[in-house]
Amino acid sequence: MNIHEYQAKDIFREHGIPIPPGGVASTTAEAEGLARRFGGTVVVKAQVHAGGRGKAGGVKLAKTPDEAREVAAKILGMQIKGLTVNKVLVTPAADIATEAYVGIIVDRASKRPVFMVSPAGGIDIEEVAAKTPEKIMRLPVDPVYGLLSFQALQMGLFLYPDIKQARAAAQIMEQLYRAFWASGASLAEINPLVTTPDREVLALDAKMVIDDNELERRPELALLRDETAEAPSEVRAREAGLTFIKLDGNVGCIVNGAGLAMATMDLVKFYGGEPANFLDIGGSSNPEKVVAALEIITSDKNVRSILFNIFGGITRTDDVANGIVTATRTSPLTVPMVIRLTGTNEDVAVDILQQHGFSAMTEMDAAVQRAVELATTGASA
Amino acid sequence: MSIFIDASTRLVVQGITGRDGSFHAKQMLEYGTKVVAGVTPGKGGQRFENTVPIFNTVAEAVRETKANTSVIYVPPPFAADAMMEAADAGVSLIVCITEGVPVLDMTRVYPFVKGRGARLIGPNCPGLISPGQSKVGIIPGRICAPGPIGLVSRSGTLTYEVVYHLTRAGLGQTTCVGIGGDPINGTNFIDCLDAFERDSATKAVVMIGEIGGTDEQDAARFVKQSMKKPVVGFIAGQTAPPGRRMGHAGAIISGSAGTAAEKIAAFEDAGIGVAKRPVDVVDLIRQRLR
Repeated sequence: MNIHEYQAKDIFREHGIPIPPGGVASTTAEAEGLARRFGGTVVVKAQVHAGGRGKAGGVKLAKTPDEAREVAAKILGMQIKGLTVNKVLVTPAADIATEAYVGIIVDRASKRPVFMVSPAGGIDIEEVAAKTPEKIMRLPVDPVYGLLSFQALQMGLFLYPDIKQARAAAQIMEQLYRAFWASGASLAEINPLVTTPDREVLALDAKMVIDDNELERRPELALLRDETAEAPSEVRAREAGLTFIKLDGNVGCIVNGAGLAMATMDLVKFYGGEPANFLDIGGSSNPEKVVAALEIITSDKNVRSILFNIFGGITRTDDVANGIVTATRTSPLTVPMVIRLTGTNEDVAVDILQQHGFSAMTEMDAAVQRAVELATTGASA
Repeated sequence: MSIFIDASTRLVVQGITGRDGSFHAKQMLEYGTKVVAGVTPGKGGQRFENTVPIFNTVAEAVRETKANTSVIYVPPPFAADAMMEAADAGVSLIVCITEGVPVLDMTRVYPFVKGRGARLIGPNCPGLISPGQSKVGIIPGRICAPGPIGLVSRSGTLTYEVVYHLTRAGLGQTTCVGIGGDPINGTNFIDCLDAFERDSATKAVVMIGEIGGTDEQDAARFVKQSMKKPVVGFIAGQTAPPGRRMGHAGAIISGSAGTAAEKIAAFEDAGIGVAKRPVDVVDLIRQRLR
């Protein structure tokens, strides 16, 4: 789960990381008020779950409260990578001497949390990693002991030759690791970590991704989710227990299992079609999930055909068949549907479908080909 | 022959009285797996299906029944503890089916289990099956058949799809292993490829990967350097948009590492036959077994 910069900053502050004050505004008047309260030049920053906010025009300086209002008017409502900006963070502008990068990710290879730090922060860290790898220090943390003080100081000294600044950075890294661990994060990042002309070390940005698997046991973190910052169809899918990602094609796909769902999309493309989405109904599916899946797919106006691809293991195919019957009874389809289903309780499922005038196929390739054909010719249901 | 499990496997089911645990314990018993014990704290002394003894702890189950393998069906918040309990009890193979285990839990589980000399498969995996001998997990037994093919996969239902095609084409399997799609898992492709290379009954190997991470690229290097047996592969997620999650926590494309194109290139470089569609695995295997 992505959280906003202002939310990540709140968490970082709770752990003692020095961050300039800030306030969140969802109207231009609020932004103006915040600028007045802070006085001096402020930065107005779009709060949206997308990178590259600055390049997209979502981060702007304002010298006066009036200017803050004007800038906020431009940023609020703007689209960044397809997402609408509903909130801005207003924060006093800091004088910057240097910019560094500090991040923690869970690394698959070492199976540990790994720090990545670089004195060349503020810009694309991937580019630094690719072009000047010597400017990046990687440090795996043993999760049993946590980040040790000498390790933190090693990283601090990698960033700053000045021992006072190195110590300040080391302390921030220990605080960041604690925030990362306490929040069940899969990523925590400060970019940039800056020094000011009077030699202070400050975090000017904050990014955190919370592991979705932590939310059940940490309800206080689940509250941070901002549904207005997500696509409505993806919110609905999540509420129904589905994994859904909207794409641009016209073949709507409903599949059980992420791997098979991806393979189904690939096969749609192989046969000359374009998938409209990724949708995984998961393992132990019930008819309600199938109903929700069909609702989500049919609300996409681009969809010209619907393809079910179900290989029943834990998933009972008769549950899926019942879901299809229920969903189409309440709202009849306007686009053609192809059902491929095999596995657990297949005979029962085929009976149910046939009784209601549907037919089912058993082969994935044939079903995908048919769905692509129907989408291309624009047949109706 | 087979890898990791065979007819001598003695299984303890952790979470045997739960919804999923009881359903799959029955399926495994029906398949012929030696399910020798179950564990549900508070239900020690009872019996599952009037036959399998239930214990309060894995340690007790191991002491009383000589179980050497554990399968875990407990809810995500308790899965980490269950894996470590099994390792501490001296079980040598632990298979965790549970989906949704927090990744930070796994950063502690992995070294704990390894430190006690146990092998972990999963979490978030369908388990494994050595057709005709033993099944541990949830892979449907009837789509498999005994034969010379080893199969390792990060996916669940996509594994079934490929196994279904293999079995129908008369290509049975020594063992099918689902290693799971989470970012941190106990057993990776290389562990399985290495075991298949050593298993005399396995004549060829199918490897099913997906986008995210670099496990497939590492596995390709291993195939190139250390394997004599033919390997055929498939990668799911060729049309996935970069940077989006596809349900599996592991399937995140980060930067340039982890795209389907990269993985396919690594496979080709290692001489691994790359199937364009799941069904194409059959022909590629046939060509290599000739």
